[in-house]
Amino acid sequence: MLGLEMKDFRLLLIVIGLTMLAPFILNPFPEGSEMAQFNAGYPDLMQRFVIFGIFAIGFNILFGLTGYLSFGHAAFLGAGSYGAVWMFKLLSMNVLPAIAISVVIAGLFSLLIGFISLRRSGIYFSILTLAFAQMSFALAYSVLTPITGGETGLQLALDDPRIFGASQTATGNIPVPSLFGLEMRSSYELELGSWLFTFNAGYYLAAVFMIIAFYMSIRIFRSPFGMMLRAIKSNQTRMSYTGLNARPYTLAAFVISGMYAGLAGGLMASMDPLAGAERMQWTASGEVVLMTILGGAGTLIGPVLGAGMIKYFENIFSKINETILHGWFAFLPDGLENFVVAMVYPFIGKGWHLTLGIVFMLVVIFLPGGLVQGGQKIAGLFRRKKAEDTKPNATEPAE
Amino acid sequence: MSKSNFSRRGVLKTGMVASAGLALPQYLRADAHAGFTNAPSDSEVVLGFNVPQTGPYADEGADELRAYELAVEHLNGGGDGGMMSTFSSQALDGTGILGREVKYVTGDTQTKSDAARASARSMIEKDGAIMITGGSSSGVAVAVQALCQEAGVIFMAGLTHSNDTTGKDKRANGFRHFFNSYMSGAALAPVLAANYGTDRKAYHLTADYNWGYTTEEAVRSSTEAMGWETVNAVKTPLTQTDFSSYIAPVLNSGADVLVLNHYGGNMVNSLTNAVQFGLREAQANGKNFEIVVPLYSRLMAKGAGANVKGIFGSTNWHWSLQDAGSQAFVRSFGTKYGFPPSQAAHTCYVQTLLYADAVTRAGSFNPCAVVEALEDFEFDGLGNGPTLYRGEDHQCFKDVLVVKGKENPENEFDLLEIVEVTPVAQVTYPADHPQFAGGALGTCNPGA
Repeated sequence: MLGLEMKDFRLLLIVIGLTMLAPFILNPFPEGSEMAQFNAGYPDLMQRFVIFGIFAIGFNILFGLTGYLSFGHAAFLGAGSYGAVWMFKLLSMNVLPAIAISVVIAGLFSLLIGFISLRRSGIYFSILTLAFAQMSFALAYSVLTPITGGETGLQLALDDPRIFGASQTATGNIPVPSLFGLEMRSSYELELGSWLFTFNAGYYLAAVFMIIAFYMSIRIFRSPFGMMLRAIKSNQTRMSYTGLNARPYTLAAFVISGMYAGLAGGLMASMDPLAGAERMQWTASGEVVLMTILGGAGTLIGPVLGAGMIKYFENIFSKINETILHGWFAFLPDGLENFVVAMVYPFIGKGWHLTLGIVFMLVVIFLPGGLVQGGQKIAGLFRRKKAEDTKPNATEPAE
Repeated sequence: MSKSNFSRRGVLKTGMVASAGLALPQYLRADAHAGFTNAPSDSEVVLGFNVPQTGPYADEGADELRAYELAVEHLNGGGDGGMMSTFSSQALDGTGILGREVKYVTGDTQTKSDAARASARSMIEKDGAIMITGGSSSGVAVAVQALCQEAGVIFMAGLTHSNDTTGKDKRANGFRHFFNSYMSGAALAPVLAANYGTDRKAYHLTADYNWGYTTEEAVRSSTEAMGWETVNAVKTPLTQTDFSSYIAPVLNSGADVLVLNHYGGNMVNSLTNAVQFGLREAQANGKNFEIVVPLYSRLMAKGAGANVKGIFGSTNWHWSLQDAGSQAFVRSFGTKYGFPPSQAAHTCYVQTLLYADAVTRAGSFNPCAVVEALEDFEFDGLGNGPTLYRGEDHQCFKDVLVVKGKENPENEFDLLEIVEVTPVAQVTYPADHPQFAGGALGTCNPGA
């Protein structure tokens, strides 16, 4: 189906199902209940899930297949965002041209950086990409302030030209990004009993893009080109001895993953029309590496899971403050309550990085194949013996 | 190849089911459309406190959060009521806002525009916050202010000192109580002229970001207007921690005053470096070498320790002020936390009270009604004397404090002494002043 094997097609269907029903899946707890704290089904976070999913899928094409660890992928995301916001400022508030230009800009930018960085491999390649990304960050933060808005970030203004659209709405406000009139931030709320589900236009647009991105990634994984990239990963020296020049392949993979990052950047700007320089910082580049490894590098679905997990931690765990904790443990005697809160507090709220770090360590040590390997192990417990000798080739983790 | 056979019955059936499915939620929808985003329920109202909990301004953020918690306590009728008793508008009565209990959610801005916006969006979309406030950096304030304008909620800025917040990036839904770069320059210049003379050559070190630029511009134009000369202005990266290489050239540049347009950790480090290089004892052009820090805060003075002694700067508010409002605030903050509040805490507390008061006076949570109630609002008793919230740019106009590092501090909080309270008339500027040019307020946006 669609040029996919049955197994991959089923995976694609699962991803389609998950993304389309996300507003239900992510909001399992009724509104107003104690557990509503853990609901993730609000537009901003759902959008982030799929956008960073795209980013991680793209990164995985480079890292998972060729083994080239780029530490500067956030630069392409940032470049894409800036491109998109400039389209909003100059052309119109329609998201399609903005997303298109963000992919093109990120593609050109990654072609330039890839052409230079790919002269080296291994750690030297990583350092080169990191250096380029930090350079872009520094440029965006101060030197290029007229183009990037510097520390404040690039944002829309009431006096932007917007050739194919109004500079401002009838009520004197800045228009919001839309798809032929459908505003990205418009939501449809469905209330069922005490549950509240939010269906956001921007989320569904981003989700459609993610499904396309995921489909293309499956095709790349299963293509002869993907095979070539895997060959580069396993033994590049041998490839060169057989007379094959690996660089065009790695460069192609680099540019493709750069364009994925640009798409993510363009979508981010479409959901929230502001591009900040922090998007390019090395921590942002490191984040996508974490997402990919956490989920399972070299697997198809892994990066998406990793992205979701990290974004969930960042947005849900970081918002639990001391007052909420005291509320949870209020049933305990006072002294014990304070003790428990004091023990738990460092791991949540502003300490969410710590928890994430521990989870990351546990995953890397015990599940080198990431969350996907964890899932396979659990599935293996329930499967009959016969399944053991058929190797799960669709989601084999990177070595 | 897929094979499809549409039958009339099938199409009708599917159509009916689909339209019923689409129409159903219209009936199930519970919230009465109040005409604005996040209309509060009858029993409680949620405010969003978006402060830096990690990163370079975490100290300020922690103090801001304390002030917010105190403000919520006072609004809900707890504690001693703080400034509510000295506030010239007596609309607040300690029963929450318009009879609704005040609840709050907190978030971490990380002092990054992106993270701050994500945090504010989740407060608006998930927690139903009707007002967002906080922040300790102008970049964040500008970014979140723009977001609140789009989403249709009110933004009450926390600590933000850049001219742009109420200049080129001003928004109808955003309000700033804190003073700004221009006011710092205008207040400092006469004091500097009186103490250091009008024939000085200044060397600027400027943090390389938006706030640094506007502060440098403001201080430059105010000091040049009274006869100073600017020898050089060098931008330093925000992430810099060692400023030796920037300080070294200063002595040979022919300058006799160093202006440090730095804030937070930057200022602590650059000032310490400058003192280590012996700039304070140095002589240049036959005069004593001097250092000026345009924006001071107690937390910074604490970080720089003895190095701040005798150095001039400006500040929005200081806990040693003797008016009834300041004293009431210092008393209730001190009772609750055991130490005096910082200027960041003060501005955040005041902003919360001002918002609650505006809602009460307007009789509605509708952002447009609140904007109307705040615009050109004149008040007193909140620690800075008579104050005007100007309608043209949503900036507060009030007296500005010129302070100096204390020579003999009595305790760890008593680090700054007030040199002069610059009257509001001296720091007032027309709304179309060149330093605030560009940008437009737009109109208030009540959202959905």
